Amino acid sequence: MFDGITPQLLFGQLLIGFINGSFYAMLAMGLAIIFGLMRVVNFAHGAQYMLGAFVAWLLLNIFGVPYWGALFIAPVVVAAFGLVMERLILKPIANLDHLYSLLITYAATLVIEGLIRQRYGSTGLPYSSPLPGGVNLGFMFMPWYRLWVVLFSAVTCLGTWLLIEHTKLGAYLRAANQAPEIVESFGINVPRMVTLTYAFGVGLAGLSGVLAAPIYQVSPSMGSTLMITIFAVVVIGGMGSIVGAIVTGYVLGILEGLTKVFYPEGANLVIFFIMLVVLIFRPGVQLNGKGN
Amino acid sequence: MPHDADGTLLAVDNLKAWYAESQALHGVNFKVKKGELVTLIGRNGAGKSTTLRSIMGIVRNRQGSIKFEGQELIGLRTFQIARKGIAWCPEERGIFSDLSVRENLTLPPHLIEGGMTDDELMEAFPNLKARASSGGTQLSGGEQQMLAIARILRNGCKFLLLDEPSEGLAPVIVKEIGNQIRQLKARGYTILLVEQNLNFARAVADRHVVIEHGQVVDQLTNEELAANVDRVKTYLGV
Repeated sequence: MFDGITPQLLFGQLLIGFINGSFYAMLAMGLAIIFGLMRVVNFAHGAQYMLGAFVAWLLLNIFGVPYWGALFIAPVVVAAFGLVMERLILKPIANLDHLYSLLITYAATLVIEGLIRQRYGSTGLPYSSPLPGGVNLGFMFMPWYRLWVVLFSAVTCLGTWLLIEHTKLGAYLRAANQAPEIVESFGINVPRMVTLTYAFGVGLAGLSGVLAAPIYQVSPSMGSTLMITIFAVVVIGGMGSIVGAIVTGYVLGILEGLTKVFYPEGANLVIFFIMLVVLIFRPGVQLNGKGN
Repeated sequence: MPHDADGTLLAVDNLKAWYAESQALHGVNFKVKKGELVTLIGRNGAGKSTTLRSIMGIVRNRQGSIKFEGQELIGLRTFQIARKGIAWCPEERGIFSDLSVRENLTLPPHLIEGGMTDDELMEAFPNLKARASSGGTQLSGGEQQMLAIARILRNGCKFLLLDEPSEGLAPVIVKEIGNQIRQLKARGYTILLVEQNLNFARAVADRHVVIEHGQVVDQLTNEELAANVDRVKTYLGV
């Protein structure tokens, strides 16, 4: 069955796997941060990722701001959007069953996607690569922009992990994941921390969207197709675990790429198959796993 | 420090509290003077912990009045109450398992002048110094209790709400915790202590407030309690 597998095919798919894994890791990390503190399954994460790409597109086509500017501006814009969303629709239902936040973020997804589709259509808009060209490594061709995405997302994941595991701010967050009322009893403004954490997670989704814009088409549905996989990643990585989300994101991206080489028919299924196995054999980790 | 002329630091008046639909407190009244060590005693489920949680704003559905230094606390959020100078050590101790002992200890920010420094804390609780880099929940029950009390001394709050610090600990450890609490009183802290262990309560407190079915049914000084131990034991069901 391994006949006809050339190094070009193998490494090409490995690279695609790594790129997909980078997006899985960044998006799953944002979801895990939000879920850890708020117990909110943020179904709007895909729409917020899409907004990041759209804001980058608008910045370029209306304000003439190039990719490198959008890389900083768009995540801030999307984070601000998340901040308003938390205040307007999530805070009022914070004390209700978590099912409501799941439903309302899903509703937000439908509204956001619908509005964008109404205005810009559903076919998708092109966003040209800020780093055209690439390098021939002998066994494969490495486009510069994809190398940039892999490196940048790795640095983002590492930076976020360091922030959460090795700073005072991160210690507040980890403590509040476990017992927010005790952290608040120390005099820390936990409600504000919740708002900012949601905005941060949403900003990460926006950042992923900007990174994705030159690779995928900028389209209203670019987030929702990806989100199903991302939720599988979060479930496999352990709900709320930052390290779990990052590692699982990369590993599954690469596994998916390898499956495309060795068993193409299974490529779309492999992540969900792993999720099934994990849920059957290690369900406890998914229910209460907040640790690393 | 603005408080009533008679030295009242905390005045709880007709406090009612609810968990969802079920009412847990039915009009609790008592006062704590500055520098006093007062216990809330009573059976399981009488409303002792709920009283502490209501003062701290953890239980938010509450009515009546809770005045601290003359200022109303009802309507404030927990973090705002903490910033007024009240610290809470919960029954389950609330040690964070994802954080090291040092991280647990240094988590509360300095809110008010006069909080203990990290060095002072390590000195006052030498056991914790040796275990600083261990995981928070790798400590023994007694050490966890020490840590839970130690860390709330950091933010400078001078009124401490301690919820059953003796619970589930060996007698020798209970004695040690008792010594620590007496030292805190000597340092000028005002303490409201929830206790079911009558001997422990008698060993540390100035005064006792007995709670039954969400109401205060008796208040005694430590001397009065000594003369009425049998009566108080019926309150506790022992």
